Amino acid sequence: MSTAAEERGVRAPWALTAPALMLFVGVLLIPLAMTVMLSFHDWGQYKGIEPVFILKNWYEIVTDPYYAEMFWRTFRIALLTTLLTAVLGAPEAYILNRMSGRWKSVFLLVVLGPLLISVVARTLGWALLFGGNNGLVNKLLMSAGVIRAPIPFMFTETGMVVALAHVMMPFMVLSVWAALQRLDPQIENAALSLGAGPVTIIRRIIMPQIMPGVLSGAIIVFSLSASAFATPAIIGGRRLKVAATLAYDEFLNTLNWPLGAAVATLLLAALVLIVVGSNALIERRYAEVFR
Amino acid sequence: MAYLELEGIAKQFGAQTVVDDFSLAVGKGEFISFLGPSGCGKTTTLQMIAGFLDPTRGAIRLEGKDLTAIHPAKRGLGIVFQSYALFPHMTAAENVAFGLEMRNVPRGERTERVRAALAMVGLAGYEDRHPRRMSGGQQQRVALARALVIKPSVLLLDEPLSNLDAKLREEMQIELRQIQRTIGTTTILVTHDQNEAMSLSDRIVVMSQGRIEQIGTPQETYEKPASAFVSQFLGKTNDFAATIDRTSAPARLIAGSWSAPAPAGLSGAVTVSIRPERIGFGDAGLTAKIVTRIFQGNHWLFQCDSECGPATVIRQNDGERQPAEGETVRLAWRPEDMSVRGEAAA
Ligand SMILES: Nc1ncnc2c1ncn2[C@@H]1O[C@H](COP(=O)(O)OP(=O)(O)OP(=O)(O)O)[C@@H](O)[C@H]1O
Ligand SMILES: [Mg+2]
Repeated sequence: MSTAAEERGVRAPWALTAPALMLFVGVLLIPLAMTVMLSFHDWGQYKGIEPVFILKNWYEIVTDPYYAEMFWRTFRIALLTTLLTAVLGAPEAYILNRMSGRWKSVFLLVVLGPLLISVVARTLGWALLFGGNNGLVNKLLMSAGVIRAPIPFMFTETGMVVALAHVMMPFMVLSVWAALQRLDPQIENAALSLGAGPVTIIRRIIMPQIMPGVLSGAIIVFSLSASAFATPAIIGGRRLKVAATLAYDEFLNTLNWPLGAAVATLLLAALVLIVVGSNALIERRYAEVFR
Repeated sequence: MAYLELEGIAKQFGAQTVVDDFSLAVGKGEFISFLGPSGCGKTTTLQMIAGFLDPTRGAIRLEGKDLTAIHPAKRGLGIVFQSYALFPHMTAAENVAFGLEMRNVPRGERTERVRAALAMVGLAGYEDRHPRRMSGGQQQRVALARALVIKPSVLLLDEPLSNLDAKLREEMQIELRQIQRTIGTTTILVTHDQNEAMSLSDRIVVMSQGRIEQIGTPQETYEKPASAFVSQFLGKTNDFAATIDRTSAPARLIAGSWSAPAPAGLSGAVTVSIRPERIGFGDAGLTAKIVTRIFQGNHWLFQCDSECGPATVIRQNDGERQPAEGETVRLAWRPEDMSVRGEAAA
């Protein structure tokens, strides 16, 4: 091969990926770098943003227990949401997978439904059902005498977890579904012929095989829940803040951009660490079994 | 008395009848093959014995007891699936041990039996391998060991060798037959490979479109096919239209210029079928012209154009001079080498 051709061979991949690369750098890397830089700037009520390098914002986040509590809440909610989707979504996917033809497509649509409806409309739906004394379900239960006071839902962590789990369910179901598709169609019959009962089949044969699907679904759900904005904003409002809503408030209400940038950067860094770490763990744990 | 008995089994999926009027008596220790083209209902029949499907009609009995009343998990049959269906998250030893665990076999005995089973299929030392890291042939052996370790009353094999390459398949056939002879488990093998069925089985059940065409030993089904389907399906064959003339005495069977004393019973238009290797070139017989001559090492293959239509002849390469392409020859065979059916050739 001549040198010219060799050079072209080296340059071609770069040339071909250049447009996508420029978009990636332009809309993701540059703003991200600017956000990180912003978090080191100073801010004052009257002077606005000052482009200097100080650790004030980071110091405030680390020392003020308000931020610690808020980050704990964020990850607690994300973790509970993940657990809830796993506990409900895995059996849901299994049942769905065993349904025949037409019912399968109907229920798949039901499961995917939340993705087709706007977050705002869907979350407001929850609010209509459980929102204080006027919530439909609360009213019904109270008039039936089942409960005396309305079930607290708005501005509670439980409410946030339930509403988030509703949104995130499709990701878990689809991820487990994909794992179920990889199962040998005769695997349950094989276990059956060896004398295993239905519970043993699910516990010893099905569960271990769909675990990678559950875990990858969990990573998706966890990272999306921890950085979710719309649902926590509607259910939690200004009273019960999570990292994303706090960053939003700092940016748009307090106008303290540098502090908001520090919160956003910390959230991003924590998420990247958690996701990359657990992904590595999962891959190591299942490398032997699943190529 | 028959060990395993299928009596008038039928299976319908909706309006479609997939298996019909299937009756078979299997002796203890016998090796039976279900042979037939794709979609003829072999797997369906096997799954009814295994209990994964319920027969629409008919009875299945094992040692005189009604098998259909027993839950599949309690039937105690060993099954090897076409895809092996090994548990990918368990090692070879754990796979084999699973059936024993379900039977609450104590740990010490379990380890011993697992080791023995893996050694029997030639996998000693592979205990801790996961299936994904084994070759197709090795996975197949694990599946066999897993089915045999529970000492099944009947071993059911659904095309267990069809995923292996030709050479490995032959090796596994020999091994399978040896293992089955040694431990004497009653075995039913599903296959669409006629060579496999012939080299392994005591008896072959030839199936077509959900019905039994013939039950017989490999020699019987090959040499005395009960129907045109069987003779076509089991290797190459020549079907010639012939007539039985009962006006002359003694009566004669006539195919073109070849004739022989007529067999008892039939008369009028019949079909005779003769295997290619049973036809010889002689001075009298069916007039034919050789169209192509192919050398295949240990034998010659001739395609001829005879009075009764195309004919295939196979001659051993015994060093004799063989007729050349374009030569006119006479085809002859011994009457006992042909089978005569009372149906006009298609
Ligand atoms: N669950 C089912 N519902 C409807 N039809 C079925 C079902 N299972 C099998 N069939 C039909 O029954 C027929 C026989 O199927 P079966 O699997 O027994 O064939 P087979 O002889 O094992 O073929 P192969 O050699 O391809 O495995 C086929 O026509 C198939 O389409
Ligand atoms: Mg089949």
